[in-house]
Formats: sequence, C-alpha cells, structure tokens
Amino acid sequence: MPKIVFIEPGGARREVSAQIGITLMETARQHGVQGVVAQCGGACACSTCHVYIDPAWLARLEPREEMEEGMLENAWEPRPNSRLSCQIHITADLDGLQVTVPQRQRDV
Amino acid sequence: MISTILIIGGGQAGAQAIDTLRREGYGGRLVLIGDEPELPYQRPPLSKKYLAGEMAADRLVFRHRSFYEEHQVDLKLGHPAVRIDAAARQVEVAGEMLAYDRLLLCVGAESRRMTCAGAALPGVHYLRSLPDVAPIQAGIKPGGRIVIIGGGYIGLETAATCRAMDCQVTVLEMADRIMNRVVAPSVSQYFADEHRRHGVTIICDTRVVRLEGGDRVERVICADGTSHAADLVIVGVGAVATTGLASAAGLACDNGIVVDEYCRTSDPAIYAAGDCTNHPSPRFGRRVRLESVDNAFEQAKTAALNLLDREVRHDRVPWFWSDQFDNKLLIVGLGQDYDRQVLRGDPAARSFSVCYLKGRELLAVEAINHSKDYMAARKLIAERALLDPEKLADIGLPLKEAV
Repeated sequence: MPKIVFIEPGGARREVSAQIGITLMETARQHGVQGVVAQCGGACACSTCHVYIDPAWLARLEPREEMEEGMLENAWEPRPNSRLSCQIHITADLDGLQVTVPQRQRDV
Repeated sequence: MISTILIIGGGQAGAQAIDTLRREGYGGRLVLIGDEPELPYQRPPLSKKYLAGEMAADRLVFRHRSFYEEHQVDLKLGHPAVRIDAAARQVEVAGEMLAYDRLLLCVGAESRRMTCAGAALPGVHYLRSLPDVAPIQAGIKPGGRIVIIGGGYIGLETAATCRAMDCQVTVLEMADRIMNRVVAPSVSQYFADEHRRHGVTIICDTRVVRLEGGDRVERVICADGTSHAADLVIVGVGAVATTGLASAAGLACDNGIVVDEYCRTSDPAIYAAGDCTNHPSPRFGRRVRLESVDNAFEQAKTAALNLLDREVRHDRVPWFWSDQFDNKLLIVGLGQDYDRQVLRGDPAARSFSVCYLKGRELLAVEAINHSKDYMAARKLIAERALLDPEKLADIGLPLKEAV
C-alpha cells in the first residue's frame, strides 16, 4: 500500500497507508485527516477537499480537468500546486506523496 | 448541564452532527439511533456510480466503525426509534427508553409512493436507500426495458446510468418538461436533448394511470391510453419529509418539522436538521424545505453548535448538483421570485449558465459544465451582489466582473 503524508492545518504530520483505486480525498477521510471536508463526497461540486500537492509530485499526477480548474479558481487561497483531492486516484506510483491541507476550506 | 445527546437518523445530517459535536469538544454521552443497519453512508452515488457497479459499498460510508469507537458514539443502528416522550425527554428504541437532555432529529425524507392500480406489483422500485439498489441491479439486463416514472434528478440520473448499462430506457414526465421544478426551460431542453442523443426516450405531458402485469409488472399505462412495455419500473416522483415520529410527539410540522433559524423545533429540548426540516432562509426571506447534501451538512453543523448553546444561525445559500451522462449540473441559490433569466453562453457549446435576477440582484445560477460561474455565484449570491444584465449575457466576461 502506498504511503501518503498529510500535513494537517495545525501542522501535524500524518503518514497513512492508502488503498489503491480510491481517491486521495477518500484516503484522507478514512483516516480522519483534519481539514479535508469533502462535503459533496467526491462529485467535484464543492471545492472543500482542496489540498496543496508537494510541487515535486505535481507532474506525476494526471492534469486538472476544466471542471476542477473552475472549482479551484474560487477555492480558499488557491496556488499553482492546488488540487481537489477527490480528483486524484491512488496508484502505486504515489508512494511517498506529500500533501498539505489548507488552513481552511472555502465556506461561502 | 448537557450530558446526553441522542440523534435520530443516521444519514448525512446525523453523521455530520456527530463530527461537529465531538470536534467542538462535547464529551458527554452521544447516541446515534437509525432504522437502517448500515453505518451512515452517502446517498448521491446510489443513482450513479454505485448503481453502475463502479463503486464498492465500503466507499459509501462517511466514516468507518473505528471512527465511532474512537469518538465514543453509541450506535443503535437497525432499530427504528418508535416514540418520543417529549415530556419525559425519552426515546423508545428496541424496547428500551433512552433519556436525553437534547434530541436531534435527522430523519430525512422518504420516496413519494405511487398509489395507482398495480403500483405494488413486483418489479416496481424506488431508489433512495442502499437496500433499494440490489433489486434494481438484479433487474438490469442489457436490452432490458426500463420505464422510469418521473423526470426529476433521481429519474434522470437513473435513466443515464441504466442507458450506459445498455438498457432501453423510457422516462415518463407529467409536466411539460423534465426537471421543471428545479431548472430553467433552456436547461430542461439541454438535458432532454442529451438524454435523447444517448438513446433515452423522454415523454413529457403524460400521466401514468396504472401499472399492469401478472406475476410482475409488464406495462405502464398512461392517461392518453398509451402503453409502455416494461421489465422494470423505477419511480422517482419526489420525496416527502419524514414527520411521523415528530408529529406524534406533538412537534409542529408543516411540510417538514418546523424549526427556527437555530434549528430548534417547537420543543426546547428537540432540534432538527436536514431534509426533514421546514426552516427559515434568512437570505431568501422565506421558509424552505430543501432536499440536498449541502443543507443536510450545513444545517446539522449549525444544529450541533446550537445543541451546545452556541447560538449560531443557519443562514446559507443552498446548492445542488446532478450528474447525467458526462454532464454536470451545478445549481446555487433559489430560482424563485425572480423577474428575469439571463442565458450566458450557448447550450450548443455544452457549457453555459442561466442567471436568475430580481432587478439587478443575483438570486440563483444554474451552471452546466461550467464550474467557474457556479463557484463565483456562490459568493456573489451570499453577498447580495448587484449585476448588470447586459454584461451578464457575455460569457467571455467572468461573472464577478458583470457589475
């Protein structure tokens, strides 16, 4: 099982084992990672599973699609390495991926 | 001192209330009572990926059992609450009376049932809960004839899923267009075209009068005499709030359990959240009953804070979504009491939106495959932004610049 490292909003480091085939958002939720709200449950409809990907890993992920792009534009403090964690599927290649959870999620 | 909180209803709202209560430091006894035996799970995938067999059941649950153990939640699942004794502050479940200091009702809504002749025939299904799915899946066969009664979200999402599984699908809608209660005519037209392009038969302005068959349903008969052959019938004609328990306990109910903006019912120790509530919307200045993930989540969060005497108002702009084939419909706000609809973009481009204005005030946006307009609108509607209708019609201009 690939290991994923989440840095929670308070700065806590959480290393978890991820199940291949589910999403990064589901991995966070299964392990109770703080700050990944995922209100819509992975439908790319709310932006509350927004995370920052370690820039070294960005190119190894499948690129954002237009729908995700539009969501992220109005997410809380988007950055070039922003992604919706519901749109990233766990593969064996992601072993060691480091993800930072924003201080908060968009809440309008 | 609040030392015992009972929650009735293990859906989206119940699960969220547990999360918020523990996160906010509530350390007392916490009991979740639910008639379904499953851990709280997500309903939206039931008509989409889960029905299609693309998602395992363990991915539906919000939290695994370990979460409830860790947060000391006493799960009483698979046992319906039978009765609330509001005077004694007790709930009867599985032959036992459980006392509470505060009670939260997250009892949701239930499928509106067909009452016409033949409605109880085997092969007639509703789709709302996890156990509803397997019998439908068992009846889905390539080339099988599926008649869906009702062209709303559930009916159309299910139609798209069944069509993708190679069934022959017919949708029967009573109104003159699909999703007539929730979207603009141009959006109904776009989705009707999408369904037809994928091979779904959509028939509007038609009223089902009876279902016929022998051992199981074989035909759906409409008022004009037309007959639609069916191997399987799926009914999606709306939902009604679950109010039996609440009204028997003497709580005020009127198209849902009546609550104030603090999620309080007419009994000071009982709160309610989610699809079951009739609640004020401060933003829109009227009472609403919403069936949505967003409202269940947000109202439950607010209710949980108020259970802890935090005095927080539920004042949100609601939002909704639907996935049909490769289209995502995103809706924010309430498209009622408007005086004009403005179309942004061209439906033929498969990405457009419809804005609802009252004067220059933006009330709602329906965005089809256009997440930027939707996300921008969430903020603009909450802020009561005033927009320029002329500029709004130019989809090249970002929504927030149409002032």
